[in-house]
Amino acid sequence: MFGKLSLSAIPYHEPIIMGTLLMVSLGTAALLGWVTFQRKWGYLWSEWFTTVDHKRIGIMYVILAIVMLLRGFADAIMMRAQQAVASADAAGYLPPHHYDQIFTAHGVIMIFFVAMPFVVGLMNLVVPLQIGARDVAYPFLNSLSYWLTASGVVLVMISMFVGDFAATGWLAYPPLSELKFSPTVGVDYYIWALQLSGLGTTLSGINFIVTILRMRTPGMKMMQMPVFTWTALVTNILIVAAFPILTVALALLAADRYLGMHFFTNELGGNAMLYINLIWIWGHPEVYILILPCFGVFSEVVATFSGKPLFGYKSMVYATAGIGVASFVVWLHHFFTMGSGADVNAFFGISTMIISIPTGVKLFNWLFTMYRGRIRFTLPMMWTVAFMVTFTIGGMTGVLLAVPGADFVLHNSLFLIAHFHNVIIGGVLFGLFAALNYWFPKAFGFKLEERWGKASFWCWVIGFYMAFMPLYVLGLMGMTRRMNHYANPAWQPYLIVAAVGAVFIAAGIGFMLLQFVVSIRNRAANPDLTGDPWGGRTLEWATSSPAPFYNFAVLPKVEELDQFWADKEHKRAYPQHAHYDDIHMPRNTGAGLIMAAFGTVFGFAMVWHIWWLAIGGLLCMIGTFLVRAFDTDVDYYVPGAEVEKIERARLVPLHKLIENVGPASAGEKVA
Amino acid sequence: MNKRSLVSAARWSCVGFAALLLSGCNLELMSPMGDIGAQEKSLILIATGLMLLVVVPVIAMTLIFAWRYRASNTKAKYAPKWSHSTAIEAVVWIIPCIIIAILGTITWRTTHELDPYKPLDHQAKAITIQAVSMDWKWVFIYPEYGVASVNELALPTNVPVHFEITSDSVMNAFFIPQLGSQIYAMAGMETQLHLIANQPGTYAGLSSNYSGAGFSDMHFTAIATSQQGFQDWINKAKASQLSLDDQTYHTLAQPSEKVPVTYYTNVKPGLFNAIIAQYMGDMKMDKIGAEPAQASAIPSPNDHAKAAE
Repeated sequence: MFGKLSLSAIPYHEPIIMGTLLMVSLGTAALLGWVTFQRKWGYLWSEWFTTVDHKRIGIMYVILAIVMLLRGFADAIMMRAQQAVASADAAGYLPPHHYDQIFTAHGVIMIFFVAMPFVVGLMNLVVPLQIGARDVAYPFLNSLSYWLTASGVVLVMISMFVGDFAATGWLAYPPLSELKFSPTVGVDYYIWALQLSGLGTTLSGINFIVTILRMRTPGMKMMQMPVFTWTALVTNILIVAAFPILTVALALLAADRYLGMHFFTNELGGNAMLYINLIWIWGHPEVYILILPCFGVFSEVVATFSGKPLFGYKSMVYATAGIGVASFVVWLHHFFTMGSGADVNAFFGISTMIISIPTGVKLFNWLFTMYRGRIRFTLPMMWTVAFMVTFTIGGMTGVLLAVPGADFVLHNSLFLIAHFHNVIIGGVLFGLFAALNYWFPKAFGFKLEERWGKASFWCWVIGFYMAFMPLYVLGLMGMTRRMNHYANPAWQPYLIVAAVGAVFIAAGIGFMLLQFVVSIRNRAANPDLTGDPWGGRTLEWATSSPAPFYNFAVLPKVEELDQFWADKEHKRAYPQHAHYDDIHMPRNTGAGLIMAAFGTVFGFAMVWHIWWLAIGGLLCMIGTFLVRAFDTDVDYYVPGAEVEKIERARLVPLHKLIENVGPASAGEKVA
Repeated sequence: MNKRSLVSAARWSCVGFAALLLSGCNLELMSPMGDIGAQEKSLILIATGLMLLVVVPVIAMTLIFAWRYRASNTKAKYAPKWSHSTAIEAVVWIIPCIIIAILGTITWRTTHELDPYKPLDHQAKAITIQAVSMDWKWVFIYPEYGVASVNELALPTNVPVHFEITSDSVMNAFFIPQLGSQIYAMAGMETQLHLIANQPGTYAGLSSNYSGAGFSDMHFTAIATSQQGFQDWINKAKASQLSLDDQTYHTLAQPSEKVPVTYYTNVKPGLFNAIIAQYMGDMKMDKIGAEPAQASAIPSPNDHAKAAE
């Protein structure tokens, strides 16, 4: 009846897990109770859960990412604590089976459920506004993508308390991830969580490619798109090209585990090398999927706060596209030590180095954007400068690892761990934090306050260097990754420093949460009245903050790059129209959420071999889709009169404001 | 925020980090004990030095530009429209291209020189050591001497060593940091590695690819010693009471952790190939025409399956 599932699947005997379960349950109960007490369920359902508005979906993605950042970081600090004490073969406080799940979950969560939703959330929030569109091309699909990502999250979180999670490392290399060596449900949770969220990501990629190619406002040519939109386009092309490979690799692994096949086993002609190639053919583009939009963020931020157009826009576009193409021919650098011939290793080493050329060009372009600028050191700009310094170091160690002869001794060492945290924290995360501070007013209509934000910034930066620079040294001392305990006591001092660094990062996260709380409480002190709080250059700043649900009452006309900046200079920004047309908008729908809920049921049932429930979940998922497909009542028109009322309420006071302080600097002066 | 102190702090931490890198006395990879490791050390230093030619100016320019063009410094020139310069763009494309061209050439050359499969160019005749990773220990077979050991290997100094490596379980990686390169150990396949120790000593060896619960204890000692010391070690193994036949091997291959150093004599000839062959089913490439059951010295899981049919 319940497949492999029984009460013994709950790890009662693990006090750490049970303690976590208690905390999570209490937290959830408090949250649900509060929502019930405030009578907000109806509001949440009709305004958020069923929304197809790209801005709200974007916000939900980012909230999901921040919540999962807490989980992923909890894993991180547990690992740092374990390694700080488990010296000279002391056991530490985490037994191997628990520790191994933690480092697996840490990697999976940080990549798939923090970085990915954060990046996709940002693209949701910003891309349609930057190209002057009213929504994405397929609003319902967008909602479905979000909820599928959420169902992956739900499965990963359930795995902590019911059964276990994979103890294989974040890419679940076979043969270790095969049934023979990982007989528990951990790898199955891994497979189905990633299949569900991966499907969501692929659909999202299709959605954004179509949106960017087909829904730009009249007049906007490709070479007039803001750089963030360009990076989003390349990223989504990479998603559509790469994620199906992940889907196939995991499907084959599932076939091995569920159907007794032998694609990647040791026996019967199976070969793990096939999986390792497939997973990295997806995995390497994946890191560019994460970093490219962040490069876009830095480009926007550095131009805005230097008060200059981005230096070398065309170079930037070609560099982005070049990185996108090259990211598909470097995957083998993740396993130079597998025994490929020297020609093959050298080819992939050199192709990897070639990527550093366009990346270096980008850095120079940001530098020359700052050159002869008037740089305002707001939080987004501080994150950008920290990124430029940190990422350069990470890039250097990355190129070093791309030299096969060097990788032969550095592979899988803590030097490698230091390198990829150097680029993912120093590149992706710093970029996301810059973006969070930069676009927050556009999402909510008020700025984040700076005091706690700066405290968070310094804790993060200091914490990052303390936590990861010692890891470079440990790599050179021959310490390999994923060790539960170690014999060499000379490593311990460095690991203690790294653990202290993790405590600084914890403070950075704490101050960031405090920044949100204080900013929300004092929101009246930091309002964004103009919609252009930073003196921005691109279209998202032309509309109000928060943007109205239809984004633009009249689609803006674009004739040049940085059209909004030019409009402000020529005092023709914020035009008031005599007449407003009706606006065609998509209607909210719960179909995406319901499909994803059935998807979660399907995934959970597959994990535990509850076949009837799996079939039921899948059929209900398809059924919900069919019902939705035959629903003809999916859109409506906002009457022109209502649009006019909303616009008038914004523009009349805004024009008064601009008369007082001048158009170009209205935003920054007022704010 | 005090920028000047920030800049100087950054500068000093760079210098400190570099000093730490170069001090080398306690960094295993920076104090190699064999020729391969030494070449890899100098490759790391050369590549790092080459990249620092760009990295240091970029970091310096970032901090200098950020400081000089801060909004409060109204004396600095402000060019609000300036966003293009063909000369600068040419330079920023060409400089990385030159560096990568040089580094790429070095990479092509060293990747071939340091190819783990390439026999070392040395007047002494290489000895062969076969390494087998298991859950969770290493077995080293000396086919030329008929002995084997668990979690300890010995090698004569200044003699090239040809490692043949496989796994009788999941994937691992064979790595002695102070001697140089590592390579994966994979079931059903043989990988190769050529190393040499130039200094006598006892060096840490480990699996550098995570392989499950007992992974952290999967380390071994590599003893580099004189020809005489090596011969003594072989004799010690030969004097062992234990011989490595099918039965002993089968017991040894079961999962176990923290296995103490053990020596075996009378190792069954062809054991290493048989370990590989047990995973190859009917595809024993190099044994075409041979009877499968004969090619395999130890019964494989598949043979059991066949017997059941």
